[in-house]
Amino acid sequence: MEFVPPTLVHRVLCADCGTPIEPNSANLCIPCLRNSVDITEGIPKSASVSFCRNCDRFLSPPTTWTIAQPESRELLAICLKKLKGLNRVRLVDAGFIWTEPHSKRLRIKLTIQKEVFTSTIIEQVFEVEYVVQHGQCPDCTKLAAKNTWQSVLQVRQKVPHKRTFLFLEQLILKHNAHKDTISIKEVKDGLDFFYASETHAQKMVDFLSSVVPVQVVRSAQLISKDTHSNTANYKFTHSVTIIPICKEDLVCIPAKQARSLSNISPLTICSRVGNSIHLLDPSTLQESDVTSPVFWREPFDALASVTDLVEFIVLDIEPSGLTHGKHVLADAEVAPSSSFMSSSNNKNSDMDMDMDSHHGSLDTTYHTRTHLGGILQPGDTVMGYYLTRSNFNSPAFESLDPSRIPDVILVKKSYPNRRKKSKQRDWKLKSIAKEAEDGAGMNEGSGYGRGALGRRGGLDQKRVERDYEIFLQSIEEDKEMRSAINLYKGKSRTAATEPAGDVAMGRPNKDSKKKPKAQFAMEVDEHSAAAAPSEDGNREEGNEADFPDVQLDELLDDFEEMGLQEEDEE
Amino acid sequence: MAVRLQYENSSDIGVFSKLTNTYCLTAIGGSTNFYSSFESELGDVIPIVHASIAGTRIIGRLTAGNRHGLLVPSGTTDQELQHLRNSLPDTVALQRIEERLSALGNVIACNDHVALVHPDIDRETEEIIADVLKVEVFRQTVADNVLVGSYCALSNQGGLVHPKTSIQSQDELSSLLQVPLVAGTVNRGSDVIGAGMVVNDWCAFTGMDTTATEISVIEATFKLQGHDQSAVIGEMRDALIDNWA
Repeated sequence: MEFVPPTLVHRVLCADCGTPIEPNSANLCIPCLRNSVDITEGIPKSASVSFCRNCDRFLSPPTTWTIAQPESRELLAICLKKLKGLNRVRLVDAGFIWTEPHSKRLRIKLTIQKEVFTSTIIEQVFEVEYVVQHGQCPDCTKLAAKNTWQSVLQVRQKVPHKRTFLFLEQLILKHNAHKDTISIKEVKDGLDFFYASETHAQKMVDFLSSVVPVQVVRSAQLISKDTHSNTANYKFTHSVTIIPICKEDLVCIPAKQARSLSNISPLTICSRVGNSIHLLDPSTLQESDVTSPVFWREPFDALASVTDLVEFIVLDIEPSGLTHGKHVLADAEVAPSSSFMSSSNNKNSDMDMDMDSHHGSLDTTYHTRTHLGGILQPGDTVMGYYLTRSNFNSPAFESLDPSRIPDVILVKKSYPNRRKKSKQRDWKLKSIAKEAEDGAGMNEGSGYGRGALGRRGGLDQKRVERDYEIFLQSIEEDKEMRSAINLYKGKSRTAATEPAGDVAMGRPNKDSKKKPKAQFAMEVDEHSAAAAPSEDGNREEGNEADFPDVQLDELLDDFEEMGLQEEDEE
Repeated sequence: MAVRLQYENSSDIGVFSKLTNTYCLTAIGGSTNFYSSFESELGDVIPIVHASIAGTRIIGRLTAGNRHGLLVPSGTTDQELQHLRNSLPDTVALQRIEERLSALGNVIACNDHVALVHPDIDRETEEIIADVLKVEVFRQTVADNVLVGSYCALSNQGGLVHPKTSIQSQDELSSLLQVPLVAGTVNRGSDVIGAGMVVNDWCAFTGMDTTATEISVIEATFKLQGHDQSAVIGEMRDALIDNWA
């Protein structure tokens, strides 16, 4: 074996401590180098970050507020932005050190590099502690403070009921159009929507004019003006007036105007309200579309509205062959249903009507033409305007030839047996003003909201409650209307369907149709009502099989509430 | 004996002074502290001369010299040359060199017997160096640096070279110079040895930043502890190489 001398390692002495080291550019050993220079000099070891408690956002300097999860990249970016001297060094690594969230502290471990002497780069690890300062971001301040709105939307409909607004609320919810609304205030005949910016209000105006027939007037009030920078500060007001004609209202338009509307009969009912109103002449099935500009050129009022409807029994019906869409023209013979009731059956609310009917002939029957030929059967009950018994105060109506005015105008089929059940609804609606409930003393007992309406208390609140009930009924009876809004599963529905689970889903449609009825029967058992359940059930099935009941697949899961419940369980 | 000093807040005293066994040159400064430091050490032994070269103060980098002579660059004025001639002992030859690499202190490192020079220096200059300084001339580099005068300091006792000089090149240079060499630093880790210190056979001056460790290396290398001008060369050479190589 040959002797191989070990390669000599070339070393010099560290200039400070004299330790033999491999020569480097500073000719100092690493500890001496660390001792002599601190590359973290000029970088603050503690800083603060602003956090908005209301919206859970962090201030990302200079002015942006961003949502950042704890220990997320976004939060790290915000924290690093806060450090001043970092641009003078090279940042190699940064990461969070875990801290208790309630401590309001964030700790970050940083690894930095810096050139200290010519071509001598030192790497150093150090910690920075941040204090999370809770505060309020400008947006939340604006929300919290009163009267900081820039733009207000005054939505009005000059009708005695609130149903339009109840429906409008559901439309807004479905389309999430209230996203930017700062606050909603109820005023006489309508609602005020407040916005922080004019564009948000404009967006809402556009939404409203796309779903309901409106007239919009925009006005601006000068708040302040700077002639030097040529900027002005305005508050904007949008006055949005909804046409005061609702679905199923009886309308009598002046003869001249009726001629201009494709020569329709002056006496019509409003069959549909989209972003224009549709007038339907039930005796000819002629339809006319009145757009908002046309309406406001010569406004007219409703002659009678849903609350004036009287219940009739169909004695005989004979389709006359003419059909138009879902409408089928038919000759019907009807009698007021009050004439079938014995006085003992009458409730107090029907008393005046009952008395009234005694004055007239009890056995009167009326012949009328109706557009409901497709859905009416002899024996059905139907809601209609009882024109011979009504007294209208309208010049247009006066000018009509009395011989051409029908005695009765039928409007919609009704389901009185349904109504009689004190049935709990197994679906529910959401409400915009959930957060507002805590504020203005919203009635706690009434459960899920009437939204922004009915919060003025007293008589007004009772009226809203009544309107809300009518609104819910009309939702139940009108499939079209349901399709425009979001319905959510109520508590009983979720409870009932959960055990069945997948089985119910796999079943054909017929079965699922029965489901609510079964549930209803169960409820009756629970209440152990004195009325014989079997008889009641039979009548119902025979009588109102075509009731457009709310189907399970029309309902949505209320995720918010589910989430809440889970949290409660925890 | 090694002394720390400073020239007008600069630790690079090798730039502003030149020290040999027979004379010392110092730059003309605002205060006389620099001059006085040399005078207190050398005042009785060798002449200390205030000088400027080509009107500048960086005389240490512009001149090269040893016991036998002094070389000044072509920019040196006649007046400066006359002043030096008048101040230096008669035994010291003074020569002005027409050389393109005019910073002679940077390109020439020498003791009284051997000179290391920049590889690109003129052949004529090389001859003049050999004649005037009475030395053997070798074209060499120190740790791959051509400016040999900047990166090493030599005396007849030993030599301090650039810290990155490898063992092999140290051995090679050491065999040319016939003195032991040590790789080291001055002025707290600075590797420009020639600019950071001046040295002769019995005395060394270093920059103010030089640490105690560096002083001890310098004193050991140049055999300055308890030795005087007449110290025996080579006695401790082998031991020293073993210590620091």
